[in-house]
Amino acid sequence: MAALSDSPLVFLRQAPAQRLSPPAPRGGAFGWLRANLFSSPGNIALTLLCGLFVAWAVPPVLRFFLIDAVWSGSDRAACLASPQMPRPGACWAFVRVWFSYFVYGFYPIGQRWRVDLFFMALAFGVAWLAWLSAPRRGTGAVYFFVVLPILSIILLNGAPLVGLVRVPTSLWGGILVTVIVATVGIAVSLPLGIILALGRRSKIPVVRLFAVTFIEFVRGVPLITVLFMASVMLPLFVPERFAPDKLLRALIGVALFASAYMAEVVRGGLLAIPPAQFEAAQALGLPYWRTIALVILPQALRVTLPNIVNIFIALFKDTTLVFVVGIFDFLHAIEAARADPKWATPNTSVTGYAFAALFYFVCCYGMSRYARRVEARLARAHRR
Amino acid sequence: MENPSDRTSADAVRSEIAVEIVDLHKWYGEFHALRDINLTVARGERIVICGPSGGGKSTLLRCINRLEDWQRGRVVVDGIELTDDPKQIEAVRRDVGMVFQQFNLFPHLTVLENCTLAPIWVRRMPKKDAEELAMRYLTRVKIPEQAQKYPARLSGGQQQRVAIARALCMNPNIMLFDEPTSALDPEMVKEVLDTMVELASDGITMLVVSHEMGFARQVSDRVIFMAEGQIVEINEPKDFFDSPQHERTRLFLQQVLR
Repeated sequence: MAALSDSPLVFLRQAPAQRLSPPAPRGGAFGWLRANLFSSPGNIALTLLCGLFVAWAVPPVLRFFLIDAVWSGSDRAACLASPQMPRPGACWAFVRVWFSYFVYGFYPIGQRWRVDLFFMALAFGVAWLAWLSAPRRGTGAVYFFVVLPILSIILLNGAPLVGLVRVPTSLWGGILVTVIVATVGIAVSLPLGIILALGRRSKIPVVRLFAVTFIEFVRGVPLITVLFMASVMLPLFVPERFAPDKLLRALIGVALFASAYMAEVVRGGLLAIPPAQFEAAQALGLPYWRTIALVILPQALRVTLPNIVNIFIALFKDTTLVFVVGIFDFLHAIEAARADPKWATPNTSVTGYAFAALFYFVCCYGMSRYARRVEARLARAHRR
Repeated sequence: MENPSDRTSADAVRSEIAVEIVDLHKWYGEFHALRDINLTVARGERIVICGPSGGGKSTLLRCINRLEDWQRGRVVVDGIELTDDPKQIEAVRRDVGMVFQQFNLFPHLTVLENCTLAPIWVRRMPKKDAEELAMRYLTRVKIPEQAQKYPARLSGGQQQRVAIARALCMNPNIMLFDEPTSALDPEMVKEVLDTMVELASDGITMLVVSHEMGFARQVSDRVIFMAEGQIVEINEPKDFFDSPQHERTRLFLQQVLR
C-alpha cells in the first residue's frame, strides 16, 4: 500500500483535459518494412525464405510463358526446338489457331454470330444485375430470368420460324457450353436453394420432409453420379422420343446438385438471424412471405454471402464434369485439341492446360472480387 | 365473411373493449406458464403489468398479438377473436403495435425505412405518404434528424424511440410495451419514459410490462401484479402502491420500492 499513498484518494478536476489529435504513424516506407517484414528474427527468416522462393520460381515461369513463348505459327514446326530457338517456351500459336474451337465447339462457322450475340446479351444481363446502383434493377431481373433464357434458346437452338437454322446441342461446345452450364446452375441454384432452405424450416411436416429428403439425398451423392443418373437413367423411364435433350439433362442435374448445397448455406444464414427479427416483422402485421423477403433474407444472405460465392466458384469449376456424359465443355475442347497430331510438340499440352487454368482463374477471381465489393458495400451500410 | 349484424355488434363492442382475455392457459411442455388469466381492458385504458421475472408478464403480453399461442382460453382483440386463422392474426397485428425490450429494429434498413416498411407493404400506402407519416412520428419522438441513419449508429434510447415511432406508423389502436426500458443505460431511461407518458396522454390503449414503478404511479389506470403465471392482484395505482392486498404483492413491492 506504500506505493498507493503517493496518489491522492480524492480527486477533483480543476481544468478540462485537452483534446489532442492522435500521434502520427511512424516512419514512411522504411517504417512499414520494419513493422511488417522485419519485426522479429522469425519474421526476418520468413521474409528471406519467401524472397528466395519468389526469386527461384518466378523467372523460369515468366521465361517459359512469356519471353520464350511462341506466339504465331501454323503448325507444330513453329513450336519445336530449332537452331534459332534451342529451348522454345509455351506454344501460344496452338491456342491461337484453335481458339475459335475452344469458344464455339462444333457450332457451325456460318452461325457463330448467334453465339456472339448470346454472349453479349448475357454480359448485358449480368452487368445490369451486378451493378448495384443500376437503374431499374427489377426490370433487369425480369430480363435476366425471363427474357434472356427465351432469347438464348431461340438464338442458340434456332427457330426456323424466324429464319434461324436449328443447331443441335451436340454441336455446341467449348466456352459456350461452360458458360451455359455455369450460368444456369448459378441462376437456378440460388432461388431454388432459398426455397429448399425455407422448406427445411417449415412448420408443415410434408414440406419439411420433402426438403430434407431432397437436400440429404442430392448432397449424399457425387456430382458425377447425379449427372449419370440424369443422362443415363432418365431415358430408361421416359421413351427416347420424349426424353429431354442431353445438354438439358445435364443442366438439370447440375442445377439440382448446386441447389442442395445452396440450401444448406442459406440455412446457415437464416440461423444467424435472431428470431426476434421475425417477431418484430410479424408484430407489424407483415405476412410470412413479406417478412421473409423484406426482413429475413436480406440479412441472412448478407451474412452468408462469402459462402454463396464459394458455391458459385465451386460450381463454375465443377462444370468440367459434364464431359463424363459426353458434353463438350471448354476443358474437353482443349483435351481434344491437344491430341491433334498437327500440333504435337512437348509444350502443347502444358500450354493448353495453362490457357484453361487462366480462363477458370480469371472467371473465379472476378466473382470473388465482385463479392468482396458487395460485402464491403453492405458492411458500410451496417457499421457506425 | 361477416354479415352486417355481426358488424354492428362488433363495432359496439369495439367502442368499449380493447382486449378481452377469458380463461387463458398456456403450457411450455409440462410447465404451466399462464394459469387462469381473465382480463378485460377498456378502450383508452393504460395498464402496467409488473411482477417477478418468470411470472408470465411477457408471455401474457405476447399472447395479445399472438406471438405466443395457447392451449386453452379465448383472446379477443379489437373485436377480433384470435384463432389459428392467419388472416385474423394479421388483422389484429395491424391494429396492435409492439415495442420490445431489445428494440428489434431492422439493422439492414435506415431509421426511415424501418418506419415505412409496414405502412408500405401492409397498408399499401404510397411511399411518399408513408415517408411523410414516418417523419411526423419521428418528429414526435424527437429524432427526425436521425431518419437517414442506420439503427446501429443510434444510442439505445434513440433506437427505442425509433421502435415506438415504427409501431405508431401503423396507427395502432393498442400499444404493447414489453419491458421497454430494461435494456437501456440509466441515462436513457427517461427519454423513453417521457415519450411513453406523452403517448399515454393521447388516449391510446396501452399495456406496459415494466418495473418502472414511478411510471406506473404517474400514468396507469390500473396496475396488474403477476406471479407464477397468475394474476395475483389488479388495482388502481394509488391503492396498489399504498395498500396492497395480497401478501405476495406486499413482498414484491418491498423489494422494488426499497
